[in-house]
Amino acid sequence: MTEKKPFKIAIASGKGGTGKTLLSTNLAAYLSQTRSTLLVDLDVEEPNDFIFIKGTLESVSDQYKMIPEWGEDKCTLCGICSNVCKYHAVVQLGTFIAVFKELCHSCYACSELCPELALPMQKHKIGELSKRSDGHLTFIESRLEICEEQAVPLIHQTHNLVDEDYNKIPFQLFDCPPGTSCPVIAAAKNTDYVILVTESTPFGLNDLKLAVETISKLGKPLGVIINRHGIGNNDVESYCAHNQIPVLAKIPFDRQIAKCYSKGELVYAKVEHVETSLRQIIKYLDETHGNHE
Amino acid sequence: MKPTEIMNEIVVLSGKGGTGKTSIAASLAVLAGNSAVIADCDVGAANIHLLLKPDFGKTFEFYSGELASIHQELCTVCGKCAEVCRFKAISFIDDHYLISDLDCEGCGYCERVCPTHAIAMYERKSGHVYISKTKVGSTMVHARLDISAENSGKLVAAVKNEAKSIAIKEDKQFIIVDGSPGIGCPVVSSLSGANYVILVTEPTLSGLHDLKRVHAVISRFRIQSGCIINKFDLNLEKTVEIKHFLEELQIHHLADISYDIAFTQAMTEGKTIVETSSPLKQLIEEVWYNVKEQIIIKK
Ligand code: SF4
Ligand code: SF4
Ligand code: SF4
Ligand code: SF4
Repeated sequence: MTEKKPFKIAIASGKGGTGKTLLSTNLAAYLSQTRSTLLVDLDVEEPNDFIFIKGTLESVSDQYKMIPEWGEDKCTLCGICSNVCKYHAVVQLGTFIAVFKELCHSCYACSELCPELALPMQKHKIGELSKRSDGHLTFIESRLEICEEQAVPLIHQTHNLVDEDYNKIPFQLFDCPPGTSCPVIAAAKNTDYVILVTESTPFGLNDLKLAVETISKLGKPLGVIINRHGIGNNDVESYCAHNQIPVLAKIPFDRQIAKCYSKGELVYAKVEHVETSLRQIIKYLDETHGNHE
Repeated sequence: MKPTEIMNEIVVLSGKGGTGKTSIAASLAVLAGNSAVIADCDVGAANIHLLLKPDFGKTFEFYSGELASIHQELCTVCGKCAEVCRFKAISFIDDHYLISDLDCEGCGYCERVCPTHAIAMYERKSGHVYISKTKVGSTMVHARLDISAENSGKLVAAVKNEAKSIAIKEDKQFIIVDGSPGIGCPVVSSLSGANYVILVTEPTLSGLHDLKRVHAVISRFRIQSGCIINKFDLNLEKTVEIKHFLEELQIHHLADISYDIAFTQAMTEGKTIVETSSPLKQLIEEVWYNVKEQIIIKK
């Protein structure tokens, strides 16, 4: 009787360049051969999925954050706003109230506490959301403007929009920003399962440990995919075994993969073992999801 | 002689990770030896310590921003705070209003409106800064951002400032910075005050795309830059395309490095490429020489 909720999967890694984009795009394209799939590129500072996902562009919409705009005629220079703002985003300079939009966190405090209503909140463009579709695949890209510095509001907005408009798509993949700070938290928070992509090198292991710590803080179930398996050492596998983290697949080190990737091509159709890995991953996810219902 | 005039700050950047940025920064750090102070500004995913083996000699806690907390005994459960919080950080659970540390952005709005002054703001610990000696004897400043803390660029700025004051005090010629990924605040902080940027890229469609985005950030600062194309033989067409881009924007082409697992092998042994017998060693030495030349010519 209740509507079936989509299965939301975050694809993340402790740092960029581990194969997160490779995996997100190939997994999404492969899945969409047989079922309706949504791919969302939330790596808003450097979205790359579009290089691999073709499809037709259906819409582009500007995304905004709200910032206060000073209304000089109403202002009595009471000083409340500059006193309230914890981020020094609104500052009184002589008889002038300056708003530093890149510092503003859109908390609304100055605006709502201004006794003269002299700081109404206004839209300020921070990025763009575009929608493409290709058969059963719907692809949303969220892209931060070059001089914008805060990724988090844009990530939140993208999640909200996906919740509102795409709830009917059962399988949803979110390519998350790299790292362990706010953006990845914002991106992974609203998902059901997290896949961490890593490689079997000392850097890979170090980044994986940080990522596992981050995701554990969110209390999400997680699994690991080891990319470029075969170079480096076995420390990542031992770490996963020791911490009872399931390894969903190991994608072997293969120059052919790197070559396809460099040309902006999807890999699974060209390299057979990648398709095998994708099948393993999907089987695992289906079983996990089945158990959660 | 003013020390600030002879000090040169070199930032290694890549846009996205995984291009070999840290391996190259570490190699330069080894070549520079004790003439440089090293600053690791990749505070979210710090890795260079795995190659430079710092001793974590001194540790400081780093605080930035604030966090709200409710004194339950003063709270009358009026709900005003939850009403004003734009970050959904305050929820009503078991007859109490509670603030989630993970969601609170420290804006202080709740504190302002609470009629009983039940809310207090605390400084938020957001990481650690370390001052170490590396295995080659140089001083290294590095940091660890707490899980889920905001990477606002303030920790990066703290690392850089510390590195700079050490370089001045110890009269060092160079600061070598392993820069932050992305195009956001941390990158901007790792770039401030730099004399030269070494961009590390790969000949892939996404590599070129990221290179352009990160270059757009650098050009705001008018810093001289050079570029290393790593794994150049992966896609020769793209390598040519990148070279055109470099020429067009007057970015110095520093080197082409072949796709070689020697980097990974060295890393597995906790070494940089210049500590192995790989032929790539010479190439990196030339890069270091060229970068020094260019900074000096410019002055
Ligand atoms: S709070 Fe309103 S009236 Fe007071 S200084 Fe700010 S803008 Fe002006
Ligand atoms: S909305 Fe909040 S963060 Fe933005 S300027 Fe006003 S008080 Fe500062
Ligand atoms: S300080 Fe701001 S973000 Fe934190 S709980 Fe209060 S209103 Fe919400
Ligand atoms: S505003 Fe103050 S008194 Fe009211 S619920 Fe919040 S903490 Fe309690």
